[in-house]
Amino acid sequence: MQLGVAQVAEQNEILDTCLMAGRIMIESGSEMYRVEDTMQRIAHNAGASASSIFSTPTGLFMALPDQDVVQIQPVTTRTINLEKVDRVNALSRQFADHKVTLTQLHSRLRSLDRDVPFFPLWLQIIAAAVVSCTLMIIYGGVWADFIPSALVGAVGYAVFYFIRERLTVSFLSEFMAAFTIGLLAWLLVHWHLGQSLDMIIIGAVMPLVPGVAITNAVRDMLAGHILSGIARGMEALFSVSAIGIGIALIFRFFS
Amino acid sequence: MWGQIMLQAVFSYLATVAFGICTNVPHRALNACGLTGVAGWLVYWGLVQFKLGHMLPNLVGAFVIAMVSLFFARRNKIPVIIFNIPGLVPLVPGGIAYRAVRSFVLGDYTQGIGFAVQVLMIAGAIAVGFMLAQLVGSPSQLLKRKD
Repeated sequence: MQLGVAQVAEQNEILDTCLMAGRIMIESGSEMYRVEDTMQRIAHNAGASASSIFSTPTGLFMALPDQDVVQIQPVTTRTINLEKVDRVNALSRQFADHKVTLTQLHSRLRSLDRDVPFFPLWLQIIAAAVVSCTLMIIYGGVWADFIPSALVGAVGYAVFYFIRERLTVSFLSEFMAAFTIGLLAWLLVHWHLGQSLDMIIIGAVMPLVPGVAITNAVRDMLAGHILSGIARGMEALFSVSAIGIGIALIFRFFS
Repeated sequence: MWGQIMLQAVFSYLATVAFGICTNVPHRALNACGLTGVAGWLVYWGLVQFKLGHMLPNLVGAFVIAMVSLFFARRNKIPVIIFNIPGLVPLVPGGIAYRAVRSFVLGDYTQGIGFAVQVLMIAGAIAVGFMLAQLVGSPSQLLKRKD
């Protein structure tokens, strides 16, 4: 079937919009089921039913039924930004209710991709400190370690954040953060400022533990996205190992 | 006793909300995230107090987290994953994983493997809890006749 120029342009816009929505969602840590569902919904509401989508954590493929080309969208970065997942979801709902047109959806996704506000860094570091000390206590730690674990957790998260922003080597940020946590915890215990080395470290690494990757890996597997589940599971395994090796070095050299 | 429960509730709330800040959860969902975390952790902690081991409390805790997240997700029209991820943080077997790594590094492989298997079992229990929640969460799909 031959399509007119206008039709081809419209179909390209549908593909562009869907792929951008999908890319933003994968980059922000959404589960694959939701990515495909959202893309399919946008395509359906734009008038292209029965689109075919193949999604992996590193790239997206999408084709429309009447077109003889497939569009590819590589996904190069994967971070966690749940606010973006929520906003893409909300935009897709608005599009389904005909509150925005396809062109508006496209431009809003583009601006959403550029500037979704993150919580300020100082707040994130304080939050990491809170995660560390509260979890340390409910895991059965003693009150004497409350402030040391908050301090170690905050410094560990700050190291993690700065290395992740500056360098592109994956897993190096987890490794260096874990190493810093181990060293600092050991020093605090050595100077009698903290009591239990184990509990301080367990609390302080909690902000770094790849909970998102693990949860998503399981959810992807259960939803039948075996490839994504394996990839995400592997990612989680590597970051757990990086954290483990970082801590392990401290035990090798100091205790 | 009640003081202990209050402490567990307040601290699991703070931990979940704080982790939500680290993963940039939308502002309007932060409180609900905290409540999800409290529900899951209190159920887990309560069952552990009754000496039920670690598998069953983790399974039931994950199930409760998934159900509460589903409730908040439907009510606020926010993806369910936004409540799941921070809510699960207190249940993540970080402590046991840490002990496994420490045993391996210090050369005690037998103990290390024991801890590692325990981590895998707990992760499995959490996954089963989520799976069961999907079963209960979408009964309409279960009852739908296949044509």
